[in-house]
Amino acid sequence: MSDTLNHSNALLDVRDLSISVEDAEILHHVDLSVDAGQCLVLMGPNGAGKTTLGHAIMGDVAYTRDGGTITFDGEDLTDLSADKRALAGIFLSYQAPVEIPGVPLYSFLRTICQKRPELKMSARQFRQRVRELAAELDMDQSYLTRELNVGFSGGEKKKVEMLQLLLLQPKLAILDETDSGLDVDALTIVSKGIETYRRECKGALIIITHNTRILERVEVDRVAVMVDGRIVEHGGPSLITDIDERGFEAYEARSSEEA
Amino acid sequence: MSEPSAPKRRSEVADVDRSLYDFVKSEEGYERFDDGLSEEIVREISAKKDEPKWMLDLRLRSLEIYERTPMPANWGPSIEGLDMAHISTYVTSGADQATSWEDVPDDIKDTFERLGIPEAERTSLAGVGAQYDSELVYHNMREEVAELGVVYSGIEEALHDGWENVIREHFMKLVPPTDHKFAALHGAVWSGGSFVYVPAGVTLPYPLQSYFRLNAAGAGQFEHTLIIVEPGADLHFIEGCSAPKYNVANLHAGCVELFVGKGARLRYSTIENWSKNMYNLNTKRARVEEDGAIEWVSGSFGSHVSYLYPSSLLMGARSSCEFTGITFAGAGQDLDTGCKVHLAAPDTRASVATKSISKGGGVSTFRSSVVVAPKAERAKVSVSCQSLMLDDESRSDTIPAMDVRSASAQVGHEATIGRISDDTIAYLMSRGISEDEARTMVVNGFAEPISKELPLEYAVEMNNLIKLEMEGAIG
Repeated sequence: MSDTLNHSNALLDVRDLSISVEDAEILHHVDLSVDAGQCLVLMGPNGAGKTTLGHAIMGDVAYTRDGGTITFDGEDLTDLSADKRALAGIFLSYQAPVEIPGVPLYSFLRTICQKRPELKMSARQFRQRVRELAAELDMDQSYLTRELNVGFSGGEKKKVEMLQLLLLQPKLAILDETDSGLDVDALTIVSKGIETYRRECKGALIIITHNTRILERVEVDRVAVMVDGRIVEHGGPSLITDIDERGFEAYEARSSEEA
Repeated sequence: MSEPSAPKRRSEVADVDRSLYDFVKSEEGYERFDDGLSEEIVREISAKKDEPKWMLDLRLRSLEIYERTPMPANWGPSIEGLDMAHISTYVTSGADQATSWEDVPDDIKDTFERLGIPEAERTSLAGVGAQYDSELVYHNMREEVAELGVVYSGIEEALHDGWENVIREHFMKLVPPTDHKFAALHGAVWSGGSFVYVPAGVTLPYPLQSYFRLNAAGAGQFEHTLIIVEPGADLHFIEGCSAPKYNVANLHAGCVELFVGKGARLRYSTIENWSKNMYNLNTKRARVEEDGAIEWVSGSFGSHVSYLYPSSLLMGARSSCEFTGITFAGAGQDLDTGCKVHLAAPDTRASVATKSISKGGGVSTFRSSVVVAPKAERAKVSVSCQSLMLDDESRSDTIPAMDVRSASAQVGHEATIGRISDDTIAYLMSRGISEDEARTMVVNGFAEPISKELPLEYAVEMNNLIKLEMEGAIG
């Protein structure tokens, strides 16, 4: 099966990746690839290792690589730090974005933009762009002068993640449970943000979720199911309906047989 | 929907020229008194300044107190490395005090230009005093400020300029030579500093700034700052200080005395960046009358050892003190800083908020002393201290003392000690920020409540200092 899923022209190509956290192996020999502009949904029950995979692709040092490689856009990223991977075009939207006291959101956005020569714009253009995006995400402009994520509600934090996604226009966005803890209105706005990203940036997506609601508005190309640190199933969008109706039990049973 | 404000420059960190503070100018042709302390040296300093007899008497009495007072023992960091026998108490270029930068000797002018003083003067200050080693080399104030009756000069000049009685009435009255050994030393050999008088009801449109540069190796700087803000007046005074690094001990034992009149307000801001061979044993004190307010903003970055506890005596009803401070102790630094507040009248208020950062084995100790006297009915005090330790070899301590003798007083204290979480660094790195930059960003953010109290140029300087410290580049 992996032959059809790993091919050298892929934007992201993860091969045989094993990851441990604090000496416990969480991911076991994971293979995963995503083509440019493609939308992959990574599903699985809580604790399956989905977030670990997202952070490992990003290069978070809390996740130790025991083996395997990560190739992105033709470049071997395996030994690169997270900031270099980010500049190469990977973005990870956090499930629980971190609060940074004393750092105003606006100047933070300016700083991360200035790290990317391809996004060079004048202070005025930048200001204009940020205001447009904030309006599109239905964010009060007053948030821009507030400290990064400090005291923001769950929904507001996710909007700040979407704002960064749309500003940075990465080639690949990994959205880790972006839908968790959102009310219907916030979910609609975040879904709109995802649509905008795909339409305007033509970016690839890995959507990590255990809930299919956010997928109602997104055009999905492929689905992968993860259980106990392994990818146990690959398929098309029809898998989503299947999981919606039957849950993960069948996959979990299969995983324990294999293990 | 409100408009977003312009990008805040203070949260960005510009590139820093590492030679910004650490450069040495030749002392050739300078007059330098012998190392150590003697009656002869004290008389010589006094004679140079052609000062009134009462001042000489004060110096001699201070010397006597100095000699009979033992070195502080069992107090904070050790000052064993400080040997007064190897400190010259008076060094001067011999240049006359100028009122135009054109008249300042080139070497010295270059020093202050590199520190950005003339530029700040042109753009955002009402007056500047610049001291180089023991003497002021430049002093000037905008004409429109002088016309308001504001006096800003060296103390020596003011003594000869009709202010002798006022100075005599205030000089070393808040910090008497008996206060401690280094106050006595200061009384004996003080030189340079500033005298500021703001008449009743006058508000200065811009701050005044004095900058103290100690260029000479193995020398002491003992400037005296005396500020009188009359009732209803308002002043922001900024002091800055720096020195190049030497491998011998230097000493700073300055003294600051602030008199805040009824309903007056004085903001006293300091950015201190002494080199790491400096013993900074400085004494600052303010007396505040009814409805008056003292606001301290204090950034301590430099020195090998500091003892620094600005104190506020709230003598009048409804007077208040706000203290906002940050201390950054890097490798080889042991900084004992904090503040004292004495609330002696009804409805007085004190609010103390400090931050300390330690890194590379640096030790930072926050020490506060709050005394609420029985008369201070309904007094309100809040003390908060947050510490950030950047590694496992550094140390941070908090030593708050509270002596509350008024039953109706409300007193609160909180202290937290933390580290930068790995999660925070990972998050910032996932946005394309390098690990080092991420740490600097978090530390700058931690310091933001203090830097926002400073005028923009100084906030930028403070962020630059943090950046230098994070890189470990200041020698």
